[in-house]
Amino acid sequence: MSTRRTFVKWLVALGVLHGMVVCAGFLAPYNPVEQDRKSPYLPPTRLHLADANGHIHVRPFAYSVRLRVRSFDQYEEDTTEPHPVKFFLNGARYRLLGFLPCRMHFFGAEGTRIYLLGTDAYGRDQFSRFLFGGQVSLLAGLLGAGLTLLLGLCVGAVAGYYGGWRDSVLMRFAELFLALPWLYLLLALRAFLPLAVGPLEAFFLIIAVIGGVGWARPARLVRGVVLSARERDFVRAARGFGASNGYLLRRHILPETSSVLLTQAAILIPQYVLAEMTLSFLGLGVPEPAPSWGNLLSSLQQYSVLVSYWWMYLPALIMVPFFLGYLGLASSLQERAEAYKIETSSLGSLT
Amino acid sequence: MSLRGEPKTLNPLIAADTRTREVIAVMHADLVHINRATQLTEPALARSWKISPDGLAYTLVLRQGIKFSDGQPLDADDVLFTFRMYLDENVHAPQRDLLIVGGKPIVVRKVDARTVVFQLAKSYGVGERLFDGLAILPRHLLEKPYQEGKLGQIGSLATAADQWAGLGPFRLKEYVSGQRLVLERNPYYWKSDAKGNRLPYVDELVFLFVPNADAQVLKFQSGETDMISQLGAENFYVLSRQQRGYTMLDAGPGLEYNFVFFNLNDPGEKTTPEMQRKQKWFREVKFRQAVSAAVDREAIVRLVYQGRGAALWGLVAPGNRRWANEKLAHPARSLELARTLLKEAGFSWSNGPQGESTLLDSGGKPVEFSILTSSSNADRAKMAALLQDDLKQLGMRVQVVPLESRSLLDRVTQSKDYDACIMGIASYDADPNPDISVWLSSGGLHLWNPSQAHPATPWEAEIDRLIEEQMSARTFEQRKKIYDRAQEVLAENQPMIFLASPDILAGAKNSVGNFHPAVLEPYVLWNVEQLYLKMGTENATR
Repeated sequence: MSTRRTFVKWLVALGVLHGMVVCAGFLAPYNPVEQDRKSPYLPPTRLHLADANGHIHVRPFAYSVRLRVRSFDQYEEDTTEPHPVKFFLNGARYRLLGFLPCRMHFFGAEGTRIYLLGTDAYGRDQFSRFLFGGQVSLLAGLLGAGLTLLLGLCVGAVAGYYGGWRDSVLMRFAELFLALPWLYLLLALRAFLPLAVGPLEAFFLIIAVIGGVGWARPARLVRGVVLSARERDFVRAARGFGASNGYLLRRHILPETSSVLLTQAAILIPQYVLAEMTLSFLGLGVPEPAPSWGNLLSSLQQYSVLVSYWWMYLPALIMVPFFLGYLGLASSLQERAEAYKIETSSLGSLT
Repeated sequence: MSLRGEPKTLNPLIAADTRTREVIAVMHADLVHINRATQLTEPALARSWKISPDGLAYTLVLRQGIKFSDGQPLDADDVLFTFRMYLDENVHAPQRDLLIVGGKPIVVRKVDARTVVFQLAKSYGVGERLFDGLAILPRHLLEKPYQEGKLGQIGSLATAADQWAGLGPFRLKEYVSGQRLVLERNPYYWKSDAKGNRLPYVDELVFLFVPNADAQVLKFQSGETDMISQLGAENFYVLSRQQRGYTMLDAGPGLEYNFVFFNLNDPGEKTTPEMQRKQKWFREVKFRQAVSAAVDREAIVRLVYQGRGAALWGLVAPGNRRWANEKLAHPARSLELARTLLKEAGFSWSNGPQGESTLLDSGGKPVEFSILTSSSNADRAKMAALLQDDLKQLGMRVQVVPLESRSLLDRVTQSKDYDACIMGIASYDADPNPDISVWLSSGGLHLWNPSQAHPATPWEAEIDRLIEEQMSARTFEQRKKIYDRAQEVLAENQPMIFLASPDILAGAKNSVGNFHPAVLEPYVLWNVEQLYLKMGTENATR
């Protein structure tokens, strides 16, 4: 029972985190691509309760900031007027859940802007970019993992169930896939594509590339599970009663692979979110200025950013609970699978 | 001293890229040299020069007793041989184009062992500047390979130190593949300081090959290198904030100009209808003027260069004080002006459901195009992102496409399959003449429509005429007047929309003496023979 409880716990945690990302437009105070050119590399806004005169306010408030004279990234607060944090106020237009046109935002302030995670080189709000970027990256990760597993399941089931020459051909093909130098192939792929790839095309491209590259490993795992399930007594019995191949696969064999697949999914999704970053580097990712987690992380590649602006790390830190959620889910799934006494030998290669 | 990568060769006849030239510049010397600080010419290997009254003949007298770094003496035959090499079509020296004046190569004649006459076909405004950067080569080492037709193969980095010689302050000592190139003091160097001490002061100059700018900063911070140049503004900022025993210097705006240009090539057979439709916008002067009016140059200087740069409205960067046209208008950013211009050119706007407006051309099609930028240049990528946002406010949908720099150049100059591109060019001399291949419609760097047989537009023809005219004008005032006019024609037609020009940023350990970075290439090594290390510092040779 306890494994079941931890499983539910992880699932709820992930659900809450994803819910925040889905409602990005509402939770994020600003448009993620809007540039505030007066405040590049602005540190996170400081929220105060006590003002410059020592008065305590009930509502937290922020001061507006301005650049120090003759400086590029040093700011000072203008303490003449406090701007209280307001909730449920109107701001930039967005579409809730992708279709509902909406202007209401969860929080914000009048007369100044609140940057919870600071701003980047163009003065764009990092917090809004994180939430909107999550929509792109997590969906790409989920769909990419889905595609990978679907391909892996088909190939693995055919190879494992039918065996013989089909098994040899498919598995040698999978090994070839594992051995290919992907980086160079992707570079070549980029050269074949049209010059400008729009954000939507890029999004599907990412999913296709991720799914196309990653299927070989899960296919081998599924094949192993199918191979052993095929020789189980209840499967043999069903075959003896005259069950067709399709029925056997659907009813008895593929269900056996479900826990392997779920565990794989939980491991692959965070991997693929990070893969998107590599793809961005190759010019196959989500093009700027559209936000994605890969784009957020790539600004950290610069030495000057690393040593000068600590808040640029924050998005990376907030990504950790997401990945932790998936890994926690994976390990509780794995425990559950062991509890059901499914072949643990085939899971050995997961770690 | 870090170098961005390995130099490709030590042979001045085939060196084309900046870092190779930087190494060659310290190993070789020229007849007449441009002082990087004053931007004026001064005698080098030639003690003096005389110009004939018609401006066609230059008589140069060599200094006495000059020896190559292997001890062989220099005489007029070496000079003759050198120019034969540069002018030989089979050698493909990149300097050859510069030595063709008025359509004919320069003729070189020997008068006696120390006097050489250069005969030009047409008078040339600043003939003596031609000699800058033309390394005089050792005939005793190169004549045999030349006759065997192997000139292109020699001078690789692996050349044995005693098989290579030059007239510069340093000579080859050791090369470790992938790591470093070590040069040692040339004992036969001809310059000496005011007190009669032979230059250079430093015994050894080591170039470390560090491919990445951030790694160069780390090497400099850790004290592995003594000097650092060609710094980006961000890294300059990091270094100047954590100053520890080194000095960071901002030499002011350099001669690099960054600009965006549209594809104005004549449509060929392979041009798609879509490209033809786009080119119809790009050919419209008012469209280009509108783009220029919409660019927030002040934001580029502030956000890309952290204020260490200058906004740019013309090809001549503000660092070039003698030649910039001060009367050139510097209009502030104005979206209203941009919208008026677009309206006059027949563009209109449609409003989307979410309040965003889209620019439509006269055929009702939305204006969408992409801008190429080099993926290895973070500064230009940033400019592209700012430009994208600026143009979005006019309703243009712009995509930024980062490309590896070689395939970018290939697209712009060969396949001509692009919409617009952001690029930067660094003039290597303050004088306008080295930039002629940008100006002339027949030039290879006339990027928006390179290497034309005949000028495609009347204004390109006018620029061609003005540039030819200023080349043969005799006085500075005449040339400046004509050149100013050419700058105005360029600014009216905006084939290149100029953005900004970065400062030259460099740094050196406090122990390095005579460190005076200049805005001309080679920024910190131009006075390499005068650099010295103050006593009492460890690791004195680095």
